[in-house]
Amino acid sequence: MIFFDKVSKIYSKTSIALEGVSLSIGAKEFVSLVGHSGAGKSTLLKLLLAEEAPSKGSVYFESVNVHSLPKRKLPMLRRKIGVVFQEFRLLSNKTVYENVAFAMEAAGRLSKEIEESVPLVLDLVDLADKISRFPDELSGGERQKVAIARAIINRPDLVVADEPTGNLDPISTREVINIFEKINKLGTTIIIATHNKEVVDSLGRRVVTMEKGKIIRDDKSGGYHA
Amino acid sequence: MIFTKLKRVTKAGFVNFWRNGWVSLSAILVVAITLFTIGSLIFSKAVMEAALGHIEDKVDISVYFKNDIEEKDVLAIKDSVAKLDEVKGVEYISAAKALEDFKERNKNNAILMQSIEELDKNPLGAVINIKAKQISQYGSVAKFLESKSEPLGDSIIDKVNYFQNKKIIDRLSKILDSARNLGLIVSFVLVAVSILVTFNTIRLAIYSSRDEIEVMRLVGASNQFASGPFIVEGAMYGFFSALIAMIIFYPLVVWVDPKIASVFSGVSLLRYYIDNFGQIFAILLGIGVLVCSISSLIAVRRYLKI
Repeated sequence: MIFFDKVSKIYSKTSIALEGVSLSIGAKEFVSLVGHSGAGKSTLLKLLLAEEAPSKGSVYFESVNVHSLPKRKLPMLRRKIGVVFQEFRLLSNKTVYENVAFAMEAAGRLSKEIEESVPLVLDLVDLADKISRFPDELSGGERQKVAIARAIINRPDLVVADEPTGNLDPISTREVINIFEKINKLGTTIIIATHNKEVVDSLGRRVVTMEKGKIIRDDKSGGYHA
Repeated sequence: MIFTKLKRVTKAGFVNFWRNGWVSLSAILVVAITLFTIGSLIFSKAVMEAALGHIEDKVDISVYFKNDIEEKDVLAIKDSVAKLDEVKGVEYISAAKALEDFKERNKNNAILMQSIEELDKNPLGAVINIKAKQISQYGSVAKFLESKSEPLGDSIIDKVNYFQNKKIIDRLSKILDSARNLGLIVSFVLVAVSILVTFNTIRLAIYSSRDEIEVMRLVGASNQFASGPFIVEGAMYGFFSALIAMIIFYPLVVWVDPKIASVFSGVSLLRYYIDNFGQIFAILLGIGVLVCSISSLIAVRRYLKI
């Protein structure tokens, strides 16, 4: 489903983010990408979303070379991939409902469909009672749940999360990870970049360990080894 | 589909405009000030044109005929002058009327009156006053008169006061021309400054949303869908700014009107404001909406690169 083919990302001679990374991820997998800060986890995810372009190599998503897509086709790709960020990145002047609905509106869904789906998804992430709050009226954990709701509202094939629990307390972390597991059970591929050892160990799923821009371990059902 | 998108983009623009109240308000105030500057230019131009026209209107040339010329010869010249393209109007004053006017002007001068009474015939000749359409055209009118008087023998025209007043007329013409040119240059500079200020204001307003624009792109919004609401917001800034500028003008015009009228009688700024309200509002609205929405578009584009 996803294939990184000898990908390098070189910002300058002294700043090499990725070096000849090859990685293949199949459908319905739940992959933890671990490693210290600066190991290249975020860069790998940014390349997948075409937020940045690789210096060498190619990135394939569902057999399409992501970086060969013209710019106007990027929205189609991004609607198939849900994204969750460490710092939530919600739209601050939109309510919880509108934040989630935005992803559907952007995808050109029918208003009727939006009105039906958004409450269902907000219910799934346990925020049905905060539907008309603004992001700054929510706790960190709640904001991240809104971000997850936004990421899954278009029923993407893949959800990518960059340090989704980095700003959360242990209880919220547990809740957020539970939601990811739930989504994965429903058939969505999940990639999480994290350096939270407990999270990785509790999942007991595939762990890819990175260091200095290279993949140093790939365990089918391992723990945290960075 | 396009209709739905348009509806969503417009709605988002309106909602953002309202929820970003303080940003919207400050942007509107700055843009209103720049539109006010442009509006002031329109009013200044109107006042200046009226004032310069007023001054120009005071300039004319008088042709004094000798007192022994028959009236029909004078009228013939008057008619031929009136036919000239450059001439706006010709006024004929007969010899008798000229004498009457002279007496009226000098009725307190006993010696002068007495000597006039002693004369057995009218010492004054007929006069025609000529107004040209533009100051610069008096020269050619005077030349025409010269050529007209020659074939009749130069006995018919006594004098044309253009040649006495030529220096003053030329200087006035120069001053009026440079006043118009200066007005034009000042207008250009102020309009350019206004556009720059507006652009920067909008850019700052959108700068605060740069992260959100990136997020919109990353969750799958097309460029048009992400930037559309900002353009709608920009257009709304333009609309409200034009409205505010027009409202501010009213008390100002009422206040300034008598002051201008006292310097240039017959020039009414208030009348101009009322008569041209629709047109001036349309100009400010057009400039405001256009400049603001184009500024938004340019500003947003920077953040649409991903």
